Amino acid sequence: MDRGTRITFLAMVALLVAAPYVLYPVFLMKVLCFALFACAFNLLVGYVGLLSFGHAAFFGSAGYVTAYTVKMWGLPPELGILLGAVTGAALGLVIGWLAIRRQGIYFAMITLALSQIVFFYAVQAPWTGGEDGIQSVPRGHLFGVVDLQRPLGMYYTVLALFLAGFLLVYRIIHSPFGQVLKAIRENEPRTVSLGYETDRYKLLAFVLSAMLAGVAGGTKSLVFQLASLTDVQWQMSGEVVLMTLVGGLGTIFGPVVGAAVIVTMQNYLAEFGSWVTIIQGFIFVVCVLTFRRGIVGEIMGRFGPKGAAPTGGGH
Amino acid sequence: MKLKQALLAGAAVVLAAGGASAQISGDVVKIGVLNDQSSLYADITGQGSVAAARLAVEDFGGTVNGKKIEIIFADHQNKPDVGSNIARQWMDRDGVDVIVDVPTSSVALALAPLIKEKNKVFVNSGAATSDLTGKACQPTTVHWTYDTIALSKGTGGAVVKAGGDTWFFLTSDYAFGHALERDTSNVVTASGGKILGQVRHPLNTSDFSSFLLQAQASKAKIIGLANAGGDTINSIKQASEFGIVAGGQKLAGLLVFVNDIHALGLQTAQGLQLTSAFYWDQNDETRAFAKRFEAVMKKKPSMIQAGVYGGVTHYLKAVKEANTDEGDKVVAQMKKMPINDFMTKNGSVREDGRVNRQMYLFEVKKPGESKGPWDYYKLVRAIPGEEAFRPLKDGGCSFVKG
Amino acid sequence: MFELLGIPPQALFGQLLIGLINGAFYAMLSLGLAVIFGLLNIINFTHGAQYMMGAFVAYLSLTHLGLAYWWALLLAPIAVGLFGILLERTMLHRLYKLDHLYGLLLTFGLALIVEGFFRNQYGSSGLPYSIPAELRGGYNLGFMFLPTYRAWVVVASVIVCFGTWFVIERTKLGAYLRAATENPTLVQAFGVNVPRMVTLTYGFGVALAAFAGVMAAPIYQVSPLMGANLIIVVFAVVVIGGMGSILGAIVTGFGLGVIEGLTKVFYPEASNTVIFVIMAIVLTIKPAGLFGRAT
Repeated sequence: MDRGTRITFLAMVALLVAAPYVLYPVFLMKVLCFALFACAFNLLVGYVGLLSFGHAAFFGSAGYVTAYTVKMWGLPPELGILLGAVTGAALGLVIGWLAIRRQGIYFAMITLALSQIVFFYAVQAPWTGGEDGIQSVPRGHLFGVVDLQRPLGMYYTVLALFLAGFLLVYRIIHSPFGQVLKAIRENEPRTVSLGYETDRYKLLAFVLSAMLAGVAGGTKSLVFQLASLTDVQWQMSGEVVLMTLVGGLGTIFGPVVGAAVIVTMQNYLAEFGSWVTIIQGFIFVVCVLTFRRGIVGEIMGRFGPKGAAPTGGGH
Repeated sequence: MKLKQALLAGAAVVLAAGGASAQISGDVVKIGVLNDQSSLYADITGQGSVAAARLAVEDFGGTVNGKKIEIIFADHQNKPDVGSNIARQWMDRDGVDVIVDVPTSSVALALAPLIKEKNKVFVNSGAATSDLTGKACQPTTVHWTYDTIALSKGTGGAVVKAGGDTWFFLTSDYAFGHALERDTSNVVTASGGKILGQVRHPLNTSDFSSFLLQAQASKAKIIGLANAGGDTINSIKQASEFGIVAGGQKLAGLLVFVNDIHALGLQTAQGLQLTSAFYWDQNDETRAFAKRFEAVMKKKPSMIQAGVYGGVTHYLKAVKEANTDEGDKVVAQMKKMPINDFMTKNGSVREDGRVNRQMYLFEVKKPGESKGPWDYYKLVRAIPGEEAFRPLKDGGCSFVKG
Repeated sequence: MFELLGIPPQALFGQLLIGLINGAFYAMLSLGLAVIFGLLNIINFTHGAQYMMGAFVAYLSLTHLGLAYWWALLLAPIAVGLFGILLERTMLHRLYKLDHLYGLLLTFGLALIVEGFFRNQYGSSGLPYSIPAELRGGYNLGFMFLPTYRAWVVVASVIVCFGTWFVIERTKLGAYLRAATENPTLVQAFGVNVPRMVTLTYGFGVALAAFAGVMAAPIYQVSPLMGANLIIVVFAVVVIGGMGSILGAIVTGFGLGVIEGLTKVFYPEASNTVIFVIMAIVLTIKPAGLFGRAT
């Protein structure tokens, strides 16, 4: 990590460690789950240039698997989340394998189509509980020791998972593998001509992204003790696009900021009742018309070192 | 020694104060109205339920045992995770003592155990699922207005008695649709009727003509609509368009609200039979309430909104009587007192949390019979609560004894 | 083929006809989307909201101005088309050089605003709109009862679709349009006012949505959410047909209506999903859609 990133990262960690003493822990956990989800999504769209419109499939299915295994099989939470991650990755392998050969809008559409099929399965399958979902999921004890029923126990577990996911994404994009991914984003034919089998790189990135989305989804189902159709709906895929975009595509901190902004908004706008959608729509429009690089992207573009601004996202 | 005495005295004062405030936590009784403010069920619940709760508080005098009563509300968007997130926050952070309304069965089922865990009260008016007082029952839940059993018994039983003994279902492919279909099928077969078939359609289908043709081909006398909201409206509208009703088959709406009839118009909806817990034009008391409601909302109240008024009032009475806002104690008190308001006469809260009251079977008027907007129903029959609701012992509620 | 799963041939025939009628709506809506995408490169997510606005113009002009259905059929496309032109001039035109994503997000935001506004104003249960007196009743075709209004929907839709196709593929104006899609600078150099053409095209695409909205008002409810539920399916139709392909949008619209209709008989639960299954298959085999040109 360069110096600026390291300072920002440490500040973020300090902030998050102290946060539950000031803010409401469940709210913070929601932010963290979505932040991890958005980071996973950003890995794909920001660094490989693939806009998936079906990430809800990984997020939601993992939530179902974690909730089901913990509730019905009585698995401990760590195993539940692990199985959620495996579900995300396996589904990512199948969907990714079908989708990566397409580009741009067609890639987005094929991921949308496949995630709609996953949604249909979730509605039909008896074990997912239809629109009632899987409810009253016990949080249990992490490694048999940490009582997750206690807000702080759960919070620091979620924080640890988030930080691990965040660092993994960071590690990936700064590895030689990540360099190839960025090369694919900038100019795929040239990368091919350099002798890289770009499809394999894209697929691996897709699977990693799906797996992390699975971790986020599984964790969310434990936090809320609930897995439901909301998380597999296409609107959820749209929401994660929004978070990443608001925060800044292709910036390492962007998705975190975006998730925080959107979740906060949803939380505090709930009191406005039917005005929520209007306000949300308005923010969309303002975002697209005035700061397309997202919050973090704009800050870096204005104050950061030259060339630090992200290059992704159609500029 | 003086210092120690002073400290002890101070501690005693603090303890005494703590003991007193334990009666009503936070010195305020906070009512959270949680429902759909923005989509499918916003008209039958939404701001109307908030207005009904406000009227109830106003009539109660604004305070209970000297403590202020406050109302807050939020939109759960019909999503269980959004709903449980708001509810948690309300109870953990904002000191909400009772959550009311909550339409959409999935959200209600997610909330019930949560509210029990925090020892608050759940007065549900909006949700349909009979599981709330059955296998998902909680000692802090009161299910106020209606449920799937009452709807299917009322409508199904009456229709079979009137000669509609062969049925075909148009069912929303969601848990509440399946439950409605299952409960109604049971009633129909128990009353000597026959089920000829069913078709399950996805939620939010806009075109029902294909399903209606299948229903027509079944030659069933009755087409049962086990769906809700826009789906019900569209199926009724298109059934009229395709001449289903003119062809001799009848529709039975299992979950129909007065607002749906308003949206359809009498030309299309006439002759439809439906079960409801309340209709604004039943007597002077209901008309008086509807008039006050209309002054705020510019429309007549639905049965859910009227139920919110009754539920909030009964809750406040119990808080006053028991002089506490602890969930289990308040609900125990609610179960002890009879309910009497404009909508419920000599009602009671059963052990499983089900409110026992009269239900009504209505028929939608013909355009010629109606005197104007909102004059839609005529009473066919009043159904006693004992007949309308599931017997206590059949629900499978874990804490109901013997 | 007949007596499939116990469905008698007459019933099957009825279902095919119904599918075709629903396909007429898909065709009209996807046509507008395809026209807009073809020239503007914008994925118009506001399309569903504009369809809904068309239905509301019909409802409001009836209740407030006393204008009947036929006037609404004329008035709604003009009014909503002008609204579209306003959007294009003030916001959309800034995004043409950017990634598709931004156009999609902007129009998505606009759809939320428009739908939210109508919901605040008119509630969510929807409003009644009767079938015009001239088109009530129906024909008994032997195998089914065909309401006159539904027959009219198919006829009107075929006329509109064919007219649009003819203008774009067979007239000089259409030739300019297609040329401007390929190379706007060159067309501009020939003295054609390309920005104005783009604006008018967007207005036209939006007007098509509003027209479909008026057509839908008597069958479905006039409700603020009527478009929101439809838009994602119509998207899929456009993608299967091939983005920007006029003929593709029309043929796929009708075709998928029929396939969806058959699904409603054989596997009704899946009738909302079948279009996505087809989309996944088509994109795997033919990346640019059925009628799209490979890029």
